[in-house]
Amino acid sequence: MSVNTGAGSFGGGRRWEFLHFALRNPKLMIGLGVELIFVVVAIFGPLLAPYSPTYHGTPGLHPSSQHLFGTTYPFGTDVFSQVLYGVRDSYVVGALGALFAGAVGLVVGFAAGYRGGVLDEMLQLLTNVMICIPQLVLLIVISAYLTTRGVLFEGIFIGVTGWPWVARAVRAQTFTLRERDFVDLARLSGRRAVSIVVKDIAPNMASYIFLVFVLLFASSMLVAVNFDFLGLGPTNGLSLGDIMNQSTLWSALDLHMWWWFIPPGAALTLMVLALYIANVGLDEVFNPKLRQT
Amino acid sequence: MRRYFTRKIITYVVAFFLATTIDWAIPRVMPGNPVQLYLTKFSITTEAQYAALQKLISASFGVNVPVWKQYLDFWDGVLHWNFGLSFYATEPVTHVIFQAIPYTLALLIPAITLSYVLGNRIGAMAARRKWLDNTVLPVGYLFQAAPYAWLALAMSYYLAVRLRWFPVDQGYNPGLLPGWNWTFIGSLLQHWFLPFLTVFLVSFGGWAIGMRNLVIYELETDYARYLRSLGASQRLVRKYAYRNAVLPQLSGLALSLGVVVGGNIVTEVVFQYPGLGHLIFLAISDEDYFLLQGIFMFIIVGVLLANFVIDIVYVIVDPRTRLSMQGAPA
Amino acid sequence: MSLKVDNLRIAYRTLRGDIRAVDGVSFSIADGEIMGLAGESGCGKSTLGNSLIFLEGRMKHVGGTVELDGVDLPIADYKAMNRHRLRDVSVVPQYAMSALNPTRKIGRMTADLIKSRGTDYRKVLEEFKRRIDLVGLPQNVLDMYPFELSGGMRQRTTMVISTLLNPSLLIGDEITSALDVTTQRAVGEMLMEFRDRRFVKSMMVITHDLSVLAQIADSILVMYAGKLAEKASSATIVDSPLHPYTQLLIGSLPEVGLRYDEAPLTGIPGRPPSLLDPPTGCRFRDRCPFAFDKCVEEPPFVELQPGHEVACWKAMKDNAPVKTEPVSQGAQS
Repeated sequence: MSVNTGAGSFGGGRRWEFLHFALRNPKLMIGLGVELIFVVVAIFGPLLAPYSPTYHGTPGLHPSSQHLFGTTYPFGTDVFSQVLYGVRDSYVVGALGALFAGAVGLVVGFAAGYRGGVLDEMLQLLTNVMICIPQLVLLIVISAYLTTRGVLFEGIFIGVTGWPWVARAVRAQTFTLRERDFVDLARLSGRRAVSIVVKDIAPNMASYIFLVFVLLFASSMLVAVNFDFLGLGPTNGLSLGDIMNQSTLWSALDLHMWWWFIPPGAALTLMVLALYIANVGLDEVFNPKLRQT
Repeated sequence: MRRYFTRKIITYVVAFFLATTIDWAIPRVMPGNPVQLYLTKFSITTEAQYAALQKLISASFGVNVPVWKQYLDFWDGVLHWNFGLSFYATEPVTHVIFQAIPYTLALLIPAITLSYVLGNRIGAMAARRKWLDNTVLPVGYLFQAAPYAWLALAMSYYLAVRLRWFPVDQGYNPGLLPGWNWTFIGSLLQHWFLPFLTVFLVSFGGWAIGMRNLVIYELETDYARYLRSLGASQRLVRKYAYRNAVLPQLSGLALSLGVVVGGNIVTEVVFQYPGLGHLIFLAISDEDYFLLQGIFMFIIVGVLLANFVIDIVYVIVDPRTRLSMQGAPA
Repeated sequence: MSLKVDNLRIAYRTLRGDIRAVDGVSFSIADGEIMGLAGESGCGKSTLGNSLIFLEGRMKHVGGTVELDGVDLPIADYKAMNRHRLRDVSVVPQYAMSALNPTRKIGRMTADLIKSRGTDYRKVLEEFKRRIDLVGLPQNVLDMYPFELSGGMRQRTTMVISTLLNPSLLIGDEITSALDVTTQRAVGEMLMEFRDRRFVKSMMVITHDLSVLAQIADSILVMYAGKLAEKASSATIVDSPLHPYTQLLIGSLPEVGLRYDEAPLTGIPGRPPSLLDPPTGCRFRDRCPFAFDKCVEEPPFVELQPGHEVACWKAMKDNAPVKTEPVSQGAQS
């Protein structure tokens, strides 16, 4: 049944309504909070690191007040400082990957969803084909042949292999939106397709796109970590995956040096977990039906 | 339904084509001369040896032949299951791969099916019971957020290295001779457990969370409302909700295969478990490109086949795909 | 059968307070009567109808009683109500088009439903097939999936399923709203036939479309803003309504054959009041062309003419009440 709601209960404007709920959503606030801590670490960490990553000291030390996460073997570098640098590296790669994957996914999704017809069929075929090929396997095969690899390359590769699900999701949303009246109006008034997509359709999907990017960021970081762990990461990089890779190369497992590989992985798990939780909270904010009142 | 399968098959054929082409093209577009790289692995003493070897390897790589012929030759190899000789094992690539496949399948198939089935069940239960919901959700997200590498390392360290409940690496106790006896099989299982657990845990969380959300959605649909209005038992409503929620999960299974295969590779590397993932790692370290090319093709074919199987199951389970192309309403 | 509703109050819980959707409603339906429940969107008619069978989500029972066939209906208790659902009281919902499980054949779903209600499906199968035939559906409907049927077919199927166990009371919630005029008529006739054949003893047909009610209903109950405005036989409501709201409603109906360039269609200006904090007195006061000073007091729902109850001071002024008690036993024609 429809109820006649009085005007001005929330003070007008959807954005304010979102903000109102956003600030009161524990999942979003906690997730965002934790993530922000890591972002601060990423930005300022390397400046505040007690030791430089190339510092050579006493190897194999347990965690202590001097070395919060102990030192490595055999060079005795401070793991805590490494992790601080690693957080930044992982963020950069994750962001680059998300950016590229998002860009490609959006373009493909919008084009397929808005135009329809033959273009849609072709793009769907491309998307489905890409989905069939495992991302990590493709990354491995591509990178295996390269001798030097950079952070930018890693980001681009992750982007180029990780866009299919974005394209699918965007296409589905565009499909439903394109049937709406305001799109017909825009079409009748002779606006070009790109303009309609950018000015009419995309803003109505803004919250959805935002959620997609959050998930994309998380998944890019995860793929990068596993990828770096295999030793295929940027040649001069020091991401969290690289640290774990180093630890296995130097037999940290057998030497019981848990502080070398547990903290980096734990840090990344927290970074991704915070994003997931924030994502759930964000979904609740954008989608009133999910709110628990 | 015909249209459904036609599209799927076209997709798989194109994917196979694309993958094969990528597999063939990558070593040729990358910087560096693969022939030279190969030559440096051999300890060559005389000029004659060098010349002969160079001729052999160049022929294997097909560099003396025009590009399009190289491409066709590669296809010839693929279709005849001939990927050349593996450098690292000095055996045909296919032999090496076939030895590793059982280990990977033993890891993947139980891990995928168990995590899917159990994850769905627990997720559906979590949709109804608040206490379960409050534990399943955070735990599920935690496992989903954990990188395979880290989880594998943690498992290995705490359960194998420290507690010594399980062996640290390898596929079986290297001191044993392979044979159909309980000692050997027991050893296989012992070595299998931790890698299996790792792959299982990461996927499990995802399925549980997904199913929980889907079941909640299904329980609020119009048909659920209608049944409840007419006094249907909660069991019936839940049964319908579960059956309908499984459908998107099934599509999701096909999509998740790529991720699980990737995670499996990393896990095998951590545990040095002798499956395809471990093999890839060896191939890369040894720059054994023939082996790498072969493994890539096998993985692709495996994933495509699995996708196809899931497509068939989906058609059986969802009547809408079966009939929506035919039945016209009266 | 007989339905007696006494001072029923149903509210919706929201963040901002309770919305009093049904605010003290009393009426009765007699055996064999098709009563229409009319009013504009948001007046509470759907809430009223649905509360008699399934209090869902945020609805809560604030007060009042419901008595069906002499037995108290425990509408606030989900489990206790289950005994009565489908057997004593049933519903054809507003969302009948999507009320059927898309992945289950119609026959199979009905079998599951009947079985879960503790009845042997085989006993009702024959009757089920007969009724499917009666409503003009092909026999193979039982073997089809919902998406293979058109909207109208699904509606009719839902009607058959809902009435399969011959309930005393059937509540139809906006069942004609999504249909074209010809199908509306067919569905209306189907309702009447179900009543005539005693598949269902009595019906409550909820709709905002008075023209449909005029054709099929014996009596019409008009609601406004959570309260009852008028109840009388449908002939009386259409020809000589006493409540200003009803009069305006009838007046705003287009008449076949009339050209409206001379006398344009008039709606009723204004909007219903908020049910979160309803105004005191007569709720129609602000939109009523006849409002006067007495209207700040809430008018009682009294019988002003035989079988004709109204809640309006002006109507009371023009017609002295037949009885002096504020709520009368509803008689019908």
